[in-house]
Amino acid sequence: MRILVGVKRVLDYNVRARVNAEKTAVDLSNVKMSLNPFCEIAVEEAVRLKEAKKADEVVAVTIGPKKANETLRSALAMGADRGVHIMTDLRTDYMQLQPLAVAKLLQKVTEKEKADLVLVGKQGIDSDCGQVGPMLAGMLNCAQATYAAKIEPSGDGGLTVERETDSGTETIELTSFPAVVSCDLRLNEPRYANIKSIMMAKKKKVEVLKAEEMGVDLEPMTEVLEVYEPPPRKEGIKVASVDELVDKLRNEAAVIP
Amino acid sequence: MIHEMCRKFADEELAPHAGEWDKKHEFPSAAIAHLTELGLMGINVSDEYGGSDLDALAYAIVMEEISRGCASTGVIVSAHNSLYLFPIDKFGTEEQKQKWITPYTTAQTSTGLPLIGCFGLSEPGNGSDAGAASTTAKRDGDSYIINGTKAWITNAHESSAAVIFATTDKSLKHKGISAFIVPFDAEGFSLGAKEDKLGIRASSTANLIFEEVRIPKENLLGEEGQGFKIAMTTLDGGRIGVAGQGIGIASASIDCAVKYALERNAFGKPIAELQTIQNKISAMVMARDSARLLNWRAATLKDEGKGFTREAAMAKLAGSEAATMCAHQAIQVLGGMGYVSDMPAERYYRDARITEIYEGTSEIQHLVIAGNVLKEYKAAV
Repeated sequence: MRILVGVKRVLDYNVRARVNAEKTAVDLSNVKMSLNPFCEIAVEEAVRLKEAKKADEVVAVTIGPKKANETLRSALAMGADRGVHIMTDLRTDYMQLQPLAVAKLLQKVTEKEKADLVLVGKQGIDSDCGQVGPMLAGMLNCAQATYAAKIEPSGDGGLTVERETDSGTETIELTSFPAVVSCDLRLNEPRYANIKSIMMAKKKKVEVLKAEEMGVDLEPMTEVLEVYEPPPRKEGIKVASVDELVDKLRNEAAVIP
Repeated sequence: MIHEMCRKFADEELAPHAGEWDKKHEFPSAAIAHLTELGLMGINVSDEYGGSDLDALAYAIVMEEISRGCASTGVIVSAHNSLYLFPIDKFGTEEQKQKWITPYTTAQTSTGLPLIGCFGLSEPGNGSDAGAASTTAKRDGDSYIINGTKAWITNAHESSAAVIFATTDKSLKHKGISAFIVPFDAEGFSLGAKEDKLGIRASSTANLIFEEVRIPKENLLGEEGQGFKIAMTTLDGGRIGVAGQGIGIASASIDCAVKYALERNAFGKPIAELQTIQNKISAMVMARDSARLLNWRAATLKDEGKGFTREAAMAKLAGSEAATMCAHQAIQVLGGMGYVSDMPAERYYRDARITEIYEGTSEIQHLVIAGNVLKEYKAAV
């Protein structure tokens, strides 16, 4: 089984996002970028499946500028076998390249690589869309499982996936491939790349493609009108009694009937 | 990427537990096992013997990041890598490397830890005066018989072997010292009690006691009389590690102090806005960054195969003084909170103190630096 894993270069989760002066986008100049945490979980799962001999090859794919090469290297250092770098200078944080175009690009790579399984993070922590996984499955006209918290071979060639939903866990079996699975937080805890893997990552093959030359319409479907920071949190108030609390909750905050 | 990995590891696996390990004087086995898996218990050793084949600059950076999370873990890793593995790697025979390096870089299946090694130079009667070693090694047929005591040995209680220095001919003074590899299961060998230290308490420090310990002649490291040179060469590289440790402690102290200063209010505003505090922050960062650059210079020279004795001594001196100064000021910035174990500043203060003492006291570093400078001037006349 060949697994294709999508890895996205995003604002590092520790960095406080700041909006630019024009209020058109998050200011990404000189800001630390990292591998999207949910994509990291997807890579970890793919590598584990390979280590358990359930997969033969793990290919990591990223879409982004030259620097996105680092993101690919992180995936390779975790155990992916080779990489595909779709070069583009378009902003990948939803401002220019949006989920529909991303899904179309990944469809091309999935078909080119003849991937049997596509693992993606459930969402990017910059755009928080969560759309690429399901859209890609739709385009491939294949089975999907989103918000995976557990993935296990089902014994008859399929994959049993436990999905996290707001009302509890749903277990489904994927019996046809290719299939797309999006990975959620509780799926696994990604490994630290050991020195050997980091050194070997430098030698692994990365194929470079150009997004503009892949025959995909990259135009955004949605226009972003304004980007602004949420208002600063207002100070709370102290109440003198439970009755006053209930009154405020009911009549001011309107959170109880 | 290595820097990133170590930083993340220190933040997530070391810093959260360092306080507990310090309180309990507990050797961080799980963390060391994890570090072994990551390849950090054989950083500079060749792949052939299970190592990661990295250079001195990588070692310096690893030491900084690891020590920033936990200074005890830092010294455990540093002593093992630069004081035990290095001399054998540099001066040992092929057989010695296979016997005394490979099992010391590779995780054992039962524990996840490699065998651990240590370095025995100091004695109760001499630390700075390394040439006055009174531990003896007497040739007896196909063996040497070792007698004496080594003091202040890091990793003593977890080690399986040590590189030690003993005199084979006292009349030759420091030229009569030889280096030996001694396995701890040798008859006549025993460990002293664990020292109750001010800091780096998760690492064990104890005496190594040799009473008629017989070792095969194959355990001589290098040549007879070469011991002092082996020790000094080893310490040069080791100093890069201790400098890294000092820089790491300084960084942790700066982090602690600055974060606190941004939140603590006094006189109507965060104390970070007060000039006095800003002066401290600036001084701390100056000291830390200067030491870091000195250390990277020493490491780079080493990697280029050039002489780096003076530069390593400078780095160690700067790194250790940065550690003590930054830790001191961190407590000062935190005020009362700096004095209690709720915040890590007091631990950094205690951990920092040893860096000006071991692997050559600050006073010795001054002598090394000056001696080197004077030699240069005299040669130019």
